[in-house]
Amino acid sequence: MRSFDKTVLFMTLAGLALTSFPALAQVAVRGETIHTMAGPAITNGVVLIRNGKITAIGQAANVAIPTGFLTIDARVVTPGLIDTHTVVGLTGIYNHKHDQDQLERSAPIQPELHAVDAYNAHEKLIAWVRSFGVTTVHTGHAPGELISGQTMIVKTTGNTVDDAMLSDVAALAATLSPMAQKREKGKSPGTRGKMMAMMRAQFIKALEYRQKREKAEEDKKPARDLKLEALGRVLDKELPLMVTANRVQDIANVLRLAREFDIRIWLDGAAESYLMVDEIKAAAVPVLIHPSMARAWGEYKNMSFETAAKLVRAGIPVAMQSGYESYVPKTRVVLFEAAIYAANGMTFSEALASITIDAARILGIDSRVGSLEVGKDGDLAMYDGDPFEYTSHCTGTIIEGKIVSDRVR
Amino acid sequence: MIRVIRVAAVGIALLTTACKAQEKHHAFVGARLIPIVGDEIENGVLVVKNGKITHVGRAGEVSIPTGAQRIDAGGKTIMPGLVDTHNHIGGIGGGDGSGPIQPDVRIYDSLNALSSGFKRAVAGGLTTLNIMPGSGHLLSGQTVYVKLRGGKTVEDLFIQDTAGKPTGGIKMANGTNSQRDKPFPGTRGKSAALVREKYVKAQEYREKITRADGDPEKKPDRDIGLEALVEVLEGKRIVHHHTHRHDDIMTVIRLSKEFGFRVVLHHVSEGWKVADEIAQAGVPCSVILVDSPGGKLEAINLLFKTGGILEKAGVNVAFHTDDWITDSRVFFRSAALAVRAGMSRAAALRALTLAGAEMMDLSDRVGSLEAGKDADFVLLGGDPFSVYTKVLETWVEGEKVFDRSDPKDYLYAVGGYGAGEDQSPYLCCYDHRENN
Repeated sequence: MRSFDKTVLFMTLAGLALTSFPALAQVAVRGETIHTMAGPAITNGVVLIRNGKITAIGQAANVAIPTGFLTIDARVVTPGLIDTHTVVGLTGIYNHKHDQDQLERSAPIQPELHAVDAYNAHEKLIAWVRSFGVTTVHTGHAPGELISGQTMIVKTTGNTVDDAMLSDVAALAATLSPMAQKREKGKSPGTRGKMMAMMRAQFIKALEYRQKREKAEEDKKPARDLKLEALGRVLDKELPLMVTANRVQDIANVLRLAREFDIRIWLDGAAESYLMVDEIKAAAVPVLIHPSMARAWGEYKNMSFETAAKLVRAGIPVAMQSGYESYVPKTRVVLFEAAIYAANGMTFSEALASITIDAARILGIDSRVGSLEVGKDGDLAMYDGDPFEYTSHCTGTIIEGKIVSDRVR
Repeated sequence: MIRVIRVAAVGIALLTTACKAQEKHHAFVGARLIPIVGDEIENGVLVVKNGKITHVGRAGEVSIPTGAQRIDAGGKTIMPGLVDTHNHIGGIGGGDGSGPIQPDVRIYDSLNALSSGFKRAVAGGLTTLNIMPGSGHLLSGQTVYVKLRGGKTVEDLFIQDTAGKPTGGIKMANGTNSQRDKPFPGTRGKSAALVREKYVKAQEYREKITRADGDPEKKPDRDIGLEALVEVLEGKRIVHHHTHRHDDIMTVIRLSKEFGFRVVLHHVSEGWKVADEIAQAGVPCSVILVDSPGGKLEAINLLFKTGGILEKAGVNVAFHTDDWITDSRVFFRSAALAVRAGMSRAAALRALTLAGAEMMDLSDRVGSLEAGKDADFVLLGGDPFSVYTKVLETWVEGEKVFDRSDPKDYLYAVGGYGAGEDQSPYLCCYDHRENN
């Protein structure tokens, strides 16, 4: 069966070379099983994509493929996968100074930094994750400084960051964990207490700045401050604060900060969140759970393969992330991370939702992506078996009707 | 205190009873057996006695000896315990920053047998490990081969040779990891030159010993570093060599031929580029799989297909976790990803077991289910290469060292609060955890 799929795809692509590219704007994908994530899976279904958008989806018997459509066959079709926290594009494959833009270390609080100014759309790691079905990534700053910058959401395609853009500012990235502590003598923050003190002082400053900007006479308004403006957008709940925290006391700190300043939070990492299920639920905070195969030491030492399942069962929105790696693998693949959670308490549907529709809802992009529905972007991934199985292959990836990966991986 | 003593007495009584009841003689009946040597057996019988395998075969063809405790393993899969040729658990540290070549350093002098990493390893089905120092040196020290029997000290874990000495290899590295500031080399050429110089010294040392012919007056002063290298020159100690790039791989092969040492190539990220050359040299490979290429220049061509390509070229292939690079609990996954990229199922299973044992000179004792071999095996809930399959039990030398149904073991299998702490040592009458 597998070789059959390969043949089909190969033939399709051979055909592709003969046709002109604009024809790709009209694509029909026939799937033995289509997980739409907007209802039950469709057996023997068809997805039609025209001009980048899904125009029809349903059982093959009910959806006729118009002439002129390029037809691709797959055993299993899912929405394009979404990685809710990565650094690809800012982090590069070489791991040399020149391709590592994921974390500015010159100061602990730099909310004025924009991921969009550091994204390399040609980065090989983007092509790598794309070849496993990942079509959308929330990317930006790695954990490691108290407030490290503004993240963005892009499609894993495009010649420039503008081509790839879905949301130029998605969240403000922060860290409330030992990762943001300075070890050098005389440097701050050096402790958990100091981290919270600095964070609170910064938000209080932003509150005062906002009041002054709003109320002062025109000539007495304080000069623009890009740091405080960014924090102001968090205070206005326009942007969430994505906070990396793993130990139980760090998670408690995040929730306390959220209460004090009445801000939206995406809890990132959350290794010991199984101890805080009720509190996280009460605070209505979604969790971007750490990679299942994160290394079980340091602040991850008590991590569990079952955390995602526990959170989901409690009704907490959960999505997967590939996270940040300083060495090897240089990036994780969110499909693989979800697979381990799927094998440890999450159902297949829960795990797939955590890298598709649930991820899209948390990121606020579910009107565009996350499920296969008419009117949404024509982003999908194809597999020759259960996408979570180690020995299944991703047989192709499509973004807005264009084949962006043709490798069988 | 009095209470503790009374509990102790009861504990001892129970333990004695338990030991008597077991007699360490078990027959596992009804499982699918993957013996590695020979075909898979759909409905098999595995009999183990006093730490050794005594019978492996089809149900009905193997009679269950009287006195053996019958264990129904229907619906389960049994295969040899996994052999990991390259692992760093145990909080170990090898050579220090004083120099690039330190054969005098023994990794086992730094090993914490109570590290939680060992509990995770048995939860992943691992039973035999080569624990190695790192790759930041051209030669970072002597490795140690261990069995995950449980225990408080490394002595409890040693795999001893016939003379009772702990077995192990030697760890070497080339490429960029071992190129550092002085006194470390700055280039590949210098790296090889330093290695060559050291092995020449070892050859001369060996000659002096030979010439002395046992005369203590003529023998050179003892040099514990050169002694280890003489063992390498004599083939008693295998070189486990970190190497990624195709040209670095060829340099290792060149040096091994020049000095006649036995070598296993580890990682071999670009091995797929020189597969035929590796095959021709007859050098085995222990391959790493990680989820994406890169992280350093020499690993940008790391691919899932390396195992399969080397297999087709005729190379003996094993995998390794490199734990903490890959968590030991997902070691099966490494081989499964190789199958995904074209390796045969049989070779991938062998690569997790017997191939690794061969690379550590332990294949007469571990790596397959064969009568006479150590009773090291795992019980699986399903196919070894499915993400959904769980390791249910792990046995080492006829003793169960991991049982997923035991909450204490389960904690390490999936993680959770407390899983990151060192294990409690087993003491007959004092539960460290309860009393802490």
